[in-house]
Amino acid sequence: MSFLISGTHIDPIYLIAIGFVVGMLGGFFGVGGSFLAGPALFAVGVPMNFVVGTDLAHIVGKSIVAARKHRAMGNVDLKLGLIMVVGTIGGVEGGAQVIQWLKHTTHMDSAVGLTFVVVLLGISGFMAWESVKTMRMSGHARAAKKPLPGEHPSRRDHSAMAHISRRIHRISLPPYVSLPVSGIERVSLWAILLVALVGGFFSGFLGGGAGYIRMPCLIYLLGIPTHIAVGTDLFEIIISASYGTLTHALKGNVDILIALVMHTGAAIGAQIGATCTQFFIGPRIRLFFIPLPLIGAAILIHGLLTGHPGK
Amino acid sequence: MNRQVKSSLKFFLIELLVYAVLVTGYFLLVLNFMGPWLHELFQNERRAYAAVALGLIIGQGVLLEVLTRVLLSAIQPRTED
Repeated sequence: MSFLISGTHIDPIYLIAIGFVVGMLGGFFGVGGSFLAGPALFAVGVPMNFVVGTDLAHIVGKSIVAARKHRAMGNVDLKLGLIMVVGTIGGVEGGAQVIQWLKHTTHMDSAVGLTFVVVLLGISGFMAWESVKTMRMSGHARAAKKPLPGEHPSRRDHSAMAHISRRIHRISLPPYVSLPVSGIERVSLWAILLVALVGGFFSGFLGGGAGYIRMPCLIYLLGIPTHIAVGTDLFEIIISASYGTLTHALKGNVDILIALVMHTGAAIGAQIGATCTQFFIGPRIRLFFIPLPLIGAAILIHGLLTGHPGK
Repeated sequence: MNRQVKSSLKFFLIELLVYAVLVTGYFLLVLNFMGPWLHELFQNERRAYAAVALGLIIGQGVLLEVLTRVLLSAIQPRTED
């Protein structure tokens, strides 16, 4: 099938299959999946500028489907999501500015690539350690978090790293906000904005929706239950990816027809992925998440060694 | 597998099937009726192209899900019988 806008010829079944896999991952983990979709598009001859823009466009559609599904299950904290938008946009701009500055140096690709690899390996390592530790915790801790009457057991979350978020909740820096959907009575607005800024920075600096950073930050720093972190992260990705799609489309980097074919598979995958989250407890979702950054790191290391950029 | 799980699984599969048909139909319609126009827009009117591109992908995400729900609300009473 010919795509005139990007001047490429790709089998639509391939695009639908890639979309389906990335959609399922997105629905289940709350990530955009650009670390997989990007190299997959590049491998079939899509020019790099179209890879970045088109991937963002397909992420918008897929995240809408998955976020709506999560919202229906009560997994989206809209108040938290809307507050985070401010920090996310500021962070995206900050990250993009650093990229602009690095463009003048000779080692931009390796600097960005190495940062990405270190971040991804760090996330995987930390989450593996935390998830295993949490699941090995005594039955006493689990009993303390027994589901309320009528509440689904998957919504009760516990983490071995809960002391970090408790410490952040105690930061005395007004104004404060309460997040009843996430079960947080009081947290400094600045803490939320800082977490959003960090996620946005990595989105602008490394590309994609940066769900691989924001999702763990929401869980470990703000103490958001895993299911709500997944849904709220998807809500954030809709905003950052929409912004990215618009700017890239204006620069001529989006082949919307490729994005629509990918979304045919991604929309179905996202529905399945989002529905599956209700059958797993938080620590198990976090444990399943661990291979994703590792795959992304492997693709990047391959790209850095062979001179073929993965993203 | 208890009856309730079976029933919700069956309903989810029906929802998925209806949604898959709509998503595929939407793409084919866009491809057939808007493909050449989008290409022309991309070359001549980049701002309009950016707005239409975002509108199409959001439309695929939001409108089709709403349509699926409407169709399912018509189907559901029959499947529950």
